[in-house]
Amino acid sequence: MTKKRTGLPRLPHLLGIEGLSPETISGLLDLSESYISQNRSLDKRRDLLAGRTVINLFFENSTRTRTSFEVAAKRLGADVINMDVTTSSVRKGETLLDTAMTLNAMRPDAIVVRHSESGAVSLLSQKVNCTVINAGDGQHEHPTQALLDALTIRRRRGRLEGLLVAICGDIMHSRVARSNIHLLQIMGARVRVVGPPTLMPTDIEKMGVEVHYAMKSGLKDVDIVMMLRLQTERMQGSFVPSISEYFRFFGLDQEKLKHAKPDALIMHPGPMNRGVEIDSEVADDLDRSVIHEQVEMGVAVRMACLEALIGGRRNVIGAVA
Amino acid sequence: MTGNVVRTAPPHSGSTAYINARIVDPVSDSEYKGAVLISDGKIADFGPNLFASGAPYGIQSVDCGGLYLAPGLVDTRVHTGEPGEEHKETLESAGIAASVGGITSLLLLPDNEPPFDDASLIEFVARRARQIRLANMYAYGALTVGLEGEELAEMGLLAEAGAVAFTDADHVVASAQVLRRALYYAKAFDALIVHLPQEPTLSGGHMSSGEMATRLGIAGNPPLAEVMLVERDIRLVEMTGGRLHLTKISTAESVAAIASAKARGLGITCDTAPPYFAMNDLAVGDYRTFGKLVPPLRAEKDRLAVIEGLKNGTIDLIASDHRPQDQDSKRVPFAQAEPGGIGLETLLPVSLELVHNKQLSLPRLFHRLSTAPAQLFGLPGGKLAKGAPADLIVFDAHRAWKVDREDLWSKTKNSPFDERPVQGRVMATIVGGRTIYCDDSFAPATAAA
Repeated sequence: MTKKRTGLPRLPHLLGIEGLSPETISGLLDLSESYISQNRSLDKRRDLLAGRTVINLFFENSTRTRTSFEVAAKRLGADVINMDVTTSSVRKGETLLDTAMTLNAMRPDAIVVRHSESGAVSLLSQKVNCTVINAGDGQHEHPTQALLDALTIRRRRGRLEGLLVAICGDIMHSRVARSNIHLLQIMGARVRVVGPPTLMPTDIEKMGVEVHYAMKSGLKDVDIVMMLRLQTERMQGSFVPSISEYFRFFGLDQEKLKHAKPDALIMHPGPMNRGVEIDSEVADDLDRSVIHEQVEMGVAVRMACLEALIGGRRNVIGAVA
Repeated sequence: MTGNVVRTAPPHSGSTAYINARIVDPVSDSEYKGAVLISDGKIADFGPNLFASGAPYGIQSVDCGGLYLAPGLVDTRVHTGEPGEEHKETLESAGIAASVGGITSLLLLPDNEPPFDDASLIEFVARRARQIRLANMYAYGALTVGLEGEELAEMGLLAEAGAVAFTDADHVVASAQVLRRALYYAKAFDALIVHLPQEPTLSGGHMSSGEMATRLGIAGNPPLAEVMLVERDIRLVEMTGGRLHLTKISTAESVAAIASAKARGLGITCDTAPPYFAMNDLAVGDYRTFGKLVPPLRAEKDRLAVIEGLKNGTIDLIASDHRPQDQDSKRVPFAQAEPGGIGLETLLPVSLELVHNKQLSLPRLFHRLSTAPAQLFGLPGGKLAKGAPADLIVFDAHRAWKVDREDLWSKTKNSPFDERPVQGRVMATIVGGRTIYCDDSFAPATAAA
């Protein structure tokens, strides 16, 4: 509604996975691969983004994602400023746009934003004339998480196409689930969502996924088991009767895992609630759990996104978002 | 496209003839070439044969140039910010927007700060309307004290002060007991109660639940929240014999429930608003907060059912549901945005889409926009009849324009129809014989007035 009046040129942002082409996703994953060895070497730093400024603007608490973006930007030589904005519940919105315009005036090259409201990052992107990267907006999208999950899977399985992936748990409140549903299906994987009906968003099947209310049927013969955190902080009212009941029926343990393929990978976006959605024995199973690898891939993927968006190699993989 | 709002004209006296018009007569359900004669602010005569050979010498005449002439719109759902939030809309700015939109009578919702639960506020509105001298303005009285849904407001005293009906506006009366008592009590005054049916415990979300809400990650309200209270309210009317009007019907199930209640002979009535027959929940894509309304925009099947309800008469009338919101209320993340949209200036052109799409005839549409609301709420106007007030509009049903929020006269610009191409424009608005608005391209009317 405001686009036509802002008069800003259309800049590439990364606001979500929805609408990205398979070529763009593959391009980003390929670029990410190239950073894995750099990150594992002693000399981790390049000056590709030297002179560029990246602001991490986090309206919602996050240690992992913010640190991951910070490490990624620094390894590419960018100057990084972290802003943790504690929001008053009354006038969040005003703070959001005022902060956006203030930061914009400092001429950053990219702002990485996390916000507790769906759509807040998109709204902010309309008010600034630098690149905006969505680091998670409400229950909407978390695109870099989906990309790092895809990179982890692709490295372990060699492909995404044709795989059967179960995303389990609190689908309703999960932006990770939504971004992964988009990405996996764009890349030709099949997706099941598994969880109690109270945590299943309305008409989720219209996004092309198969819906299961039991872990047994949901995990049957899957290649990948993605567990989600039970987001009690986003829940208003009673969605599940108790944590112990949730764990009994929807927590991942060795027993339930038997229904998946014998070599199925176990993933979790973190932070884990051990004993709620995942049993420690499973989470720490070195043969199958790739949870720490996901964190490692996260840095590589964010380096690739920063490079693609503000690194001058934009044309190599085409405009992102 | 610009026009003039005229407030300086004295009360109409003498006679004025509007000739060479296409008359839209919703009462006789007909449309014909003819004329209307106004004398001292009232309709003195009208018909196909009147002044067929030109107006007689000595009478002021206005040549409508073949444009449509119809009763002015009677809008039964208008919220302004006066008193309380004058930065959003004043009675004056709403009066101007109504004049431009062809609305000759408007009924003000009581959810101001303070709410209209005291007779003095009803008198305040009447006094301001006399000063503003544009559209006729009437007010609802609050149904419950503070719109809190607990204690009944002083309906009798409010009615004496001029309240034409009772409602808690967008506040739902959650307690069946309170609504039951209100319906009983209102019978003593033959008062009409207007209620928004939305089950509150299911309406904590920000848009209609469904695929779109799921994709956007926005908490949704199930459409069933509406029909649940529609059905409850129908039972309460059955029990009490009270007069109930359900407002802003937006779902297919609600339309069906009301149709069956009407078929059983219950005296229940209902309305809808243009967004519910002209848009669906896709309009909130990309988190467009101008599309955040109460009730939320629904699915396409619901939109089609609302149109069907307007066609077959299940839905009696259309109101704009005008609710101004400023930038601070709308330029925020979707879930934090205030709901509501302005609608005075788009009520006619968006409703005319039903005519252009051959879903309603022009007289039928004006029945829904003018005659039915005037009848139901007991307001003068809303019809062509000898002795009725000369509340009329001249309009071009085909003139194409694009809604641009910056061009609207309302104080705030939150139109859900922003950037929509529409067809139909008011050329002149006449209240009590006085021309209060005239489009620049329809100059003769000002000259004559």
